[in-house]
Amino acid sequence: MLERLHEIKNEVDKKLVDVVSMAELNDLKVKILGRKGEITGLLRGLKDLTPEARAEFGRVANEVKEELEMAINKKGEELKSHELMARLERETLDVTLPGMPISMGGKHPLTLVMEEIREIFMGMGFSVAEGPEIESDYYNFEALNMPKDHPARDMQDSFYINEEILLRTHTSPCQVRVMEKMAPELPVKIIVPGKVYRRDDDATHSPMFQQVEGLLVDRNISFGNLKGTLMTYARKIFGEDLRVRYRPSFFPFTEPSAEMDISCVMCKGAGCRVCSHTGWLEILGAGMVNPNVLRYGGYDPEEVTGFAFGMGIERIAMLKYGVNDLRLFFDNDRRFLQQF
Amino acid sequence: MGVSLNWLKEYIDYEWAPEELAHRLTMAGIAIEGVEQAGDDCIMDLDLTPNRGDCLGMINLAREIAALNGKKIRIAPVSVKENSEKVEDYIAVELADPDLCRRYAARLVKNVVIKDSPDWMQKALINSGIRPINNIVDITNYVMLETNQPLHAFDCHLLEGQDKKIVVRRAQAGESFVTLDETERILDSEMLVITDSRRAIALAGVMGGFNTEIKDDTRDVLIESAWFLGPNIRRTSRRLALRTDSSQRFEKGTDINGVIYAVNRAAALMQELADGEVVAGICDAYPQPEPKRIITLRPERVNRLLGIELNMAQIRSYLESLTFPLEESDGVLKVEAPSYRPDITMEVDLIEEVARLHGYDKIDALLPVGNTTQGGLNAVQKFRDRVRAVMAQNLYEIVTYSFINPLHLDQLRLPEAAEERKVVVVANPLSEEQGIMRTTLLPGLLTTAATNLARKNENLAFFEMGAVFSPSEERLPRETVKVGAIVTGANDINWLQNKVSYDFYYLKGVAEDLLRQLNIMDGEFVPVRIESYHPGRTARIISGETVLGVIGELHPLVLQNYDIKPRCCAMELDLEALYACSRERIMMQEITRYPAVERDMAILVETARQAAEVVKVVKDAAGDYLSKVVVFDVYTGEQVPAGYKSMALRLLFQAPDKTLTDTEINESMSNIQKSLEDQLQASRR
Repeated sequence: MLERLHEIKNEVDKKLVDVVSMAELNDLKVKILGRKGEITGLLRGLKDLTPEARAEFGRVANEVKEELEMAINKKGEELKSHELMARLERETLDVTLPGMPISMGGKHPLTLVMEEIREIFMGMGFSVAEGPEIESDYYNFEALNMPKDHPARDMQDSFYINEEILLRTHTSPCQVRVMEKMAPELPVKIIVPGKVYRRDDDATHSPMFQQVEGLLVDRNISFGNLKGTLMTYARKIFGEDLRVRYRPSFFPFTEPSAEMDISCVMCKGAGCRVCSHTGWLEILGAGMVNPNVLRYGGYDPEEVTGFAFGMGIERIAMLKYGVNDLRLFFDNDRRFLQQF
Repeated sequence: MGVSLNWLKEYIDYEWAPEELAHRLTMAGIAIEGVEQAGDDCIMDLDLTPNRGDCLGMINLAREIAALNGKKIRIAPVSVKENSEKVEDYIAVELADPDLCRRYAARLVKNVVIKDSPDWMQKALINSGIRPINNIVDITNYVMLETNQPLHAFDCHLLEGQDKKIVVRRAQAGESFVTLDETERILDSEMLVITDSRRAIALAGVMGGFNTEIKDDTRDVLIESAWFLGPNIRRTSRRLALRTDSSQRFEKGTDINGVIYAVNRAAALMQELADGEVVAGICDAYPQPEPKRIITLRPERVNRLLGIELNMAQIRSYLESLTFPLEESDGVLKVEAPSYRPDITMEVDLIEEVARLHGYDKIDALLPVGNTTQGGLNAVQKFRDRVRAVMAQNLYEIVTYSFINPLHLDQLRLPEAAEERKVVVVANPLSEEQGIMRTTLLPGLLTTAATNLARKNENLAFFEMGAVFSPSEERLPRETVKVGAIVTGANDINWLQNKVSYDFYYLKGVAEDLLRQLNIMDGEFVPVRIESYHPGRTARIISGETVLGVIGELHPLVLQNYDIKPRCCAMELDLEALYACSRERIMMQEITRYPAVERDMAILVETARQAAEVVKVVKDAAGDYLSKVVVFDVYTGEQVPAGYKSMALRLLFQAPDKTLTDTEINESMSNIQKSLEDQLQASRR
């Protein structure tokens, strides 16, 4: 009987090698170790043996049984792992196929640029102020030191609603609106994003465009501070290697006034078509707030000083994204909008 | 304006190449657009800011160069050989309106010979962009370009009236006058004219009269050199749409003390180049001489405003380089603003002179110091950003013009009484297409959809956020921020083949998502009929009592008006209303530990019944434990009787404090079924 036991063990070991599925393995297990299995059958014959032989046989039989169980289990683990691997292989997907289209949409490039500019100035402690797009002549011109028939009004040809009301030609009217509200509080530190309107419509002018205005009024604000603030802004938006220069200019609401140029973002200043081969791009107007404007706002120009600046968003967006035609912004072609 | 460098060199020496000169002037605030070679001459294109009209005169431009290189300018000395007659015997000047003309000087040159001016003068004029006419006219133009003082020459014999009197007065309203260009102009009572005893002979500061023009047979010439009030000249020039070399100089302000030099210079040239005989004396009506403008300049103010450290000597040197007369006393400078620089009126104007000559680039860039401020957005601005961000998850943002063609109101089929027809009109639009301010975002959305469709961009989902405008009792029109959207087509083709049509329910999904993300929990969609939209596919979106906006499929006739073939759905919401209804605070609700029980129910209802009605009946009848109702299928067709639809509901029952029994749920289900039968005649399938 002991022999038979060892034979079974050898047979099973041999058979296990050929087993390829869990089903086969289970059959084998039942056949050998099950209630009607061969080992169980052998153990049933124990009663015919002497007590010594019975003890000896029982010990060996248990050993063999344990060994067999271990071998079968081990084979089971192997099979499972193979089967899993095989299943995973079968389940292979073409990961290069596109995913479920969840949504389509995005912000307009002008919004993106506006938000970026806003973010930079908010980081420097500026609040965001807003004003009406249809504005009184008073705030749009008079309070900005441009009385009726001032020649500087030619710089901003306006759309009128009536003699006293017009579509604002710049975001600057908000300067006086905000100062009036805040005086005598300090500092006045705002940016004003918004739509503005001028009677120009050609390849480089749109009758509606967007501006961001900035105003900082406090004790001891200097032209140097204007330069520092704008330099920080320009480098954040166009990169740290940017060079900046200032030219004297004229705006009735600032004195001294300046125009800020940046080194051409296309050619890095070497000269190209975008910068008309000058290496420089004009991107914003600025200056120290004219004392008359401070007075209109309710501040004493002997006590406080301030700087103001304004820039066109379309211009910045064109430079930032390499947009070569202003009109694309208002054309709203899906193929254009999708790119941002 | 073009400046001939050969001519400029008569007034100032400099050693810079033309490009270098242009650069230096530009960096000092006299913007040069470009430099162009023209034969042996070089033409510099001047792009002056309105405050520096003085540089339209060669002499003043030369002063700028002198300030940069420290050299002295040369002004041609004028010697007029006068005859023994007296100008007063010929002519008298009367200033009837001295507020508009503060000085008027005139000289008489007799027996001139009209001929071409010499080559050098013609060349100078041509290179400055002025066409030579004859020696007399050319001289007035030449002196104007030299001094920035516009001059006019009248044919003296054409003056009418016995007393040869020049009167400067406002025109009569409706007065007709023919200018040199042979055009009849109708004047108003704010326009200034030069008259003889009988009639107008020039439109002051703008253009001379045809009636007294210099002709080939002119013998005696009256030269006018005057000072007119800039804003008035600008007004006249704009009203008559007549801009001249003269008007643009007066507009910007001329040198009231320069009129005499200019009139003498012209007289001397007429003597020299037209063989004229100059009558002795100048008729100079100048009742109220301009006082000197003395401005105090405080060095510490210069340094404080600019953020630099200049000492008194440096500041003085910059102003002296401009030859501004000045005196130092008690640590400040008393500076006289020259009469040729009318732009200098305040201390800051002098500070700008110092700054631009010092060089803006030499001022250090420093970040401001002072109280720190938080900065950032206010609640409304943040809300608007949120709306935009949510919309941009599913739609592309567009930006369209705020002004629209009034025809859009008809294209949208708006009835006569519609609020959208109360518009703010632009008085001077560039074209009728931009004639009124928009009262709705639909025109921009529809136009954008139409342009895209015409370019075969077929699947569209756009939104716009912006102001619409309406007249108001207040001083300014009312501006309301709206967010609008338009969708058409379907999502782009994909291999998963889950086609999603951009239809009413798609857009409604976008709207619901927006409401959810804005914490507006009680948004309802109520059927409504609005002319621009499909009568059976449109809803008003409300929250409590507040109307948030409209959503619907656009009316086929509206689409036809925009040449749009496929169906389009649109919505328009009011930002202010959304903000008012947005729940700011969110309070968490306890999540129940007890299991939920799901029951499905299919019913037959009349086709016209709305899902909202069914859901309301279900909720009202269900008792306390119904936590959610979802309509998961709506079906008409086979097996459903005509006039009816099948609606499948999934009901979720849950109690916060116990596990529900079948009995409890069955009772609720039978109550629901009974209510549906009683109230909606709905039968269970």
